[in-house]
Amino acid sequence: MGGLVYFSSGSGNTARFVTRLGLPAGRIPISPRDEMPAPALPYVLICPTYADGMGRGAVPKQVIRFLNDPDRRALLRGVIATGNRNFGATYALAGRVISDKCNVPVLYRFELAGTDLDISRVQAGLAKFWGTECLTMA
Amino acid sequence: MRTPVRAINWNRLEDEKDLEVWNRLTVNFWLPEKVPLSNDVQSWATLRPEERELTIRVFTGLTLLDTIQNTVGAPAMMPDALTPHEEAVLSNIAFMEAVHARSYSSIFSTLCLTPEVDAAFRWAEENPHLQQKARLVLEEYKAGSDPLKRKIASVFLESFMFYSGFYLPMYWSSRAKLTNTADLIRLIIRDEAVHGYYIGYKYQRGLERLGEAERAALKDFAFSLIFDLYDIEAKYTAELYDGIGLTEDVKSFLHYNANKALQNLGYEALFPPQACEVNPAILAALSPDSENHDFFSGSGSSYVIGKAVATEDEDWDF
Repeated sequence: MGGLVYFSSGSGNTARFVTRLGLPAGRIPISPRDEMPAPALPYVLICPTYADGMGRGAVPKQVIRFLNDPDRRALLRGVIATGNRNFGATYALAGRVISDKCNVPVLYRFELAGTDLDISRVQAGLAKFWGTECLTMA
Repeated sequence: MRTPVRAINWNRLEDEKDLEVWNRLTVNFWLPEKVPLSNDVQSWATLRPEERELTIRVFTGLTLLDTIQNTVGAPAMMPDALTPHEEAVLSNIAFMEAVHARSYSSIFSTLCLTPEVDAAFRWAEENPHLQQKARLVLEEYKAGSDPLKRKIASVFLESFMFYSGFYLPMYWSSRAKLTNTADLIRLIIRDEAVHGYYIGYKYQRGLERLGEAERAALKDFAFSLIFDLYDIEAKYTAELYDGIGLTEDVKSFLHYNANKALQNLGYEALFPPQACEVNPAILAALSPDSENHDFFSGSGSSYVIGKAVATEDEDWDF
């Protein structure tokens, strides 16, 4: 099974989701001065959305910095995007932006810190996804 | 020695979130005049009289909450601010609540007759549930009450109490009615989402300064307040929506939003997933054009891999 990398700002929503998910995950730090995780294996990124009404600024700057590194980007296999439906058309937009830029699928979307249903879907989905990924690589 | 009077310096931030939210709110600024509400005149005429009365009452109830947040809620949180920038953000929030309250009157003057609207404002003053929920929140906003309890009440107002009302324009929009009005309400929903998020974030920063016992007491307070507010909302909802048979549908939406309000405060959900199954048409009306293409749920249209963007690291500007 591949890895997980996530970003969570001071609101802590994504961090709480990852804790409940119970899978090992590297956190992209809030402060640009702190060290970035360095995944050695393929991983899925969980990323919150910060878009304005026009959709600008959807992907947090720290996540852009993380993906800017070609080695780290090369291991990205999929993105799980979070957001809030109350932002209308830009709900979980970070997923689509990263998907288009990196040519990886949007695996799932959920709101804020996620529900119990989101947790079980992501657990099952990731297990299946990494299974599929191994098959295609074999 | 006297404490100096300080000018706000936006180039010296103590909390980056203040600037982030200030930027988000100012970029999202809008006025009701930009929405072509008059395009809904014909659609309004297709509603039955009781549907029109319900709609006006719902919007009057929402106006009351916006009025409270504009004149009392946001200003009451300013003295509690941890940073000068937080005070500036709260002043923006206060003003936008005035814009929201004003917007409902724009809808009324475009679509409704004056006597209908006057009757709804009288109804709002006399409706026990509406008055009770307003009083419950105002109690926490009073000077001398705990600053963090004020934030709890404020997050519940922003992220929970509006939704018995927001349901209706989303419902009309899902049936292709009052679609311009729904566009305006979506702008309000977007603003309230930022407000609830930000006040909840500041609540969590405040909690970090407290000991275990105080934190536990505040959590108890939050859950007890949402119970009390839910109780009132359920009665308010039944009174409004029983007539068109939508009460249970609205309640699922209330449960879903109560959980989201608690998440803004950093807490776990109160209502179980099966109580939060919101009508998909309402969810689609909330975030139109945001079709679900994800792998895991197996719903939505299939994801098509393709159109790889040839990326240079220099143009990695999302």
